[in-house]
Amino acid sequence: MEFRLIGKDIRKSFGRLLVFDSINFELINGSSLAIAGKNGSGKSTLVKIIAGLLSPSSGEVIYQVDGREIDKLDWFKFVGFVAPYLQLYDEFTGYENLEILAKIRGLKSYEAKIKNVLERVNLYSRRDDLVRGYSSGMKQRLKYACALLHDPIVLILDEPTSNLDSEGVEMVWAIAEEQKKNGILIVATNEPEELKMCDEVINLDELKLKMKRQIVK
Amino acid sequence: MLSSIWAIFLKDLKSEIRTRYALNALLMFVVVTISMILFATAGEVMSGELLSGLLWVVIFFSAMSGLSRTFVSEEDRGTVIFLQLATRPSVVYFGKLLFNLVLIFGINFFVVIAYLLTMENFKVKSFDVFLSALILGGLGLASASTIIAAIIAKANTKGTLYPVLSFPVLLPLLITTINMTQLSIEGAKLAETFGHLRILFSYFVVVVIASYLLFDYIWKE
Amino acid sequence: MIWKFLLGVYIAIITILAFVIPIGFIPGLGERARIIFLHVPSAWLSVIAFFVAMIYAVRYLRSKNIYEDVKSAASAEIGFLFCFVTTVTGSIWAKFNWGSFWNWDPRETSIFVLLLIYGAYFVLRSAIEVEERKATLSAVYSIIAFVTVPFFIFIMPRIMPGLHPGSKGDPEGAGPVVTFKMDPNMRILFFASLLGFTLVYLWIFKLRSRMEILKIKIQNKIYQEV
Ligand SMILES: Nc1ncnc2c1ncn2[C@@H]1O[C@H](COP(=O)(O)OP(=O)(O)OP(=O)(O)O)[C@@H](O)[C@H]1O
Ligand SMILES: [Mg+2]
Repeated sequence: MEFRLIGKDIRKSFGRLLVFDSINFELINGSSLAIAGKNGSGKSTLVKIIAGLLSPSSGEVIYQVDGREIDKLDWFKFVGFVAPYLQLYDEFTGYENLEILAKIRGLKSYEAKIKNVLERVNLYSRRDDLVRGYSSGMKQRLKYACALLHDPIVLILDEPTSNLDSEGVEMVWAIAEEQKKNGILIVATNEPEELKMCDEVINLDELKLKMKRQIVK
Repeated sequence: MLSSIWAIFLKDLKSEIRTRYALNALLMFVVVTISMILFATAGEVMSGELLSGLLWVVIFFSAMSGLSRTFVSEEDRGTVIFLQLATRPSVVYFGKLLFNLVLIFGINFFVVIAYLLTMENFKVKSFDVFLSALILGGLGLASASTIIAAIIAKANTKGTLYPVLSFPVLLPLLITTINMTQLSIEGAKLAETFGHLRILFSYFVVVVIASYLLFDYIWKE
Repeated sequence: MIWKFLLGVYIAIITILAFVIPIGFIPGLGERARIIFLHVPSAWLSVIAFFVAMIYAVRYLRSKNIYEDVKSAASAEIGFLFCFVTTVTGSIWAKFNWGSFWNWDPRETSIFVLLLIYGAYFVLRSAIEVEERKATLSAVYSIIAFVTVPFFIFIMPRIMPGLHPGSKGDPEGAGPVVTFKMDPNMRILFFASLLGFTLVYLWIFKLRSRMEILKIKIQNKIYQEV
């Protein structure tokens, strides 16, 4: 299956605040994109637009499978998303969260799948504890489990290593490597080190400089 | 698709059973309002007509205190993205609608029991009319309050806004159900209320279709 | 400019005629039937204005162009004004014809609900700060509210007995349109008045939406310069 993720002239403004303009990219299986920029430069905004959580003010994002465009309503089938502002249900256990997600997604024979991802993020022994009682690092791990549950083609990580210990950071790098074998990886981060996870980089600050220069001209 | 709707419904139900966030407060709310009516009218003889109106006042305000929770809690806790990433908007809408339907039927059941026990003059003669008013009224009530809950979950002043926005939208429904309840006390035949039934049913259908078409716009920005 | 002046003259003539034109004898109403020249057109216009507001709400949801939202809100404001005029004139008239200011006649109920709906609409708008969100949510609310309005205007008056001409039990048939036999004079003046009201609506609507759009443009300009 050939998957193509295309961004065309994406512009986003909140009211009068223009966050970014004319963002272009094209990603296929095996490619990866890092989004850099300082606080408030619009990294999270851009990944939300790519995942379909926000609409761009103009321009578009296209998902293509074997040349066929995917309806925006079905994007969720292809996306795995990890971000600090993604919250889990804290009145449920880690296992229940994954079970709920699997059922909502309509996954078949999910028990083995859940066991697999829980082991991957090293939470299997704590699977029956309420998420309310998880540490922030454990919650971050559970988010990875949620994101990987349906083997997404596009994996989007916003601040991938926040709250994680060194072993967790290694886990993230391993997941990123694994993802790049067949899928698409998109990472939004402040850490220069993490930009190395990806082959290409969009720097929103430099883009802004360019925009300013164009206006001056 | 259907199984996903069911999964959302089960999640909300399980969460409610676990946290008892809405349920306990709701039951107390019903008790408090009915006691309030009893105190305020102690010693007065109230006509069945007046009591029919008051019944729906109690149901309306109980609904307003509980039905917004499904959306408001997702918004407050920031779990909206979890659902947005997991499924289509319409699935979320129907899951929540189902949950609110169950909740409203629970409320109606409890209110009616409490009402029949405490209000001596409330004697229903035609149960079929009364029951269809409750059921079809409940359907309509849940449909309108679900979409308005989705709206107010995104606004700043959630609590006070909810009844304000819901009331005018629900009024055609409430007038019809109140009228039907009065008829059921007077002992009307079900066939006589056919016009009412049609209004209630079409109200439900119209609101659900409109909500289904509009929910996408509210759910994702 | 000139057509605004002409519109003023036109409305003035209609207002004078509304009081002096012979309307023939109408049983039960007599001279009080003259309210039809003011009350009914403003009721129609309020519904039309709300309808236009809904059309612009739909267009906003389609295009996400904030100007559509501005127009939607402008039309709703004018609709609210007309609605208010209808309520007040109707209520004063009811005192003299039916004996009290308010009787909960189905049509009185429906106009009251329109006031409530759009009252709530403006409350909702004031409760949301982010402009796009305000526009989207109020558009959705106005559409949801509008689909329930026909239940009042078309259905309720038919199943419930009322006082208005054209209600259930009125031999002339039930419907939103008053159909009792009108004197030819009366008929012409009524439609002339309706036309006048429509033109006034169009004029205020254009003025109001242009003003709000200019406001947005000025703010955008100020923002860019800072
Ligand atoms: N819902 C919103 N309404 C208005 N402005 C917003 C909204 N979301 C983000 N912004 C603004 O858009 C800009 C970009 O925000 P964003 O969260 O994308 O930044 P970021 O690059 O992810 O920052 P950080 O490194 O802190 O995570 C900020 O200036 C922010 O104030
Ligand atoms: Mg961010």
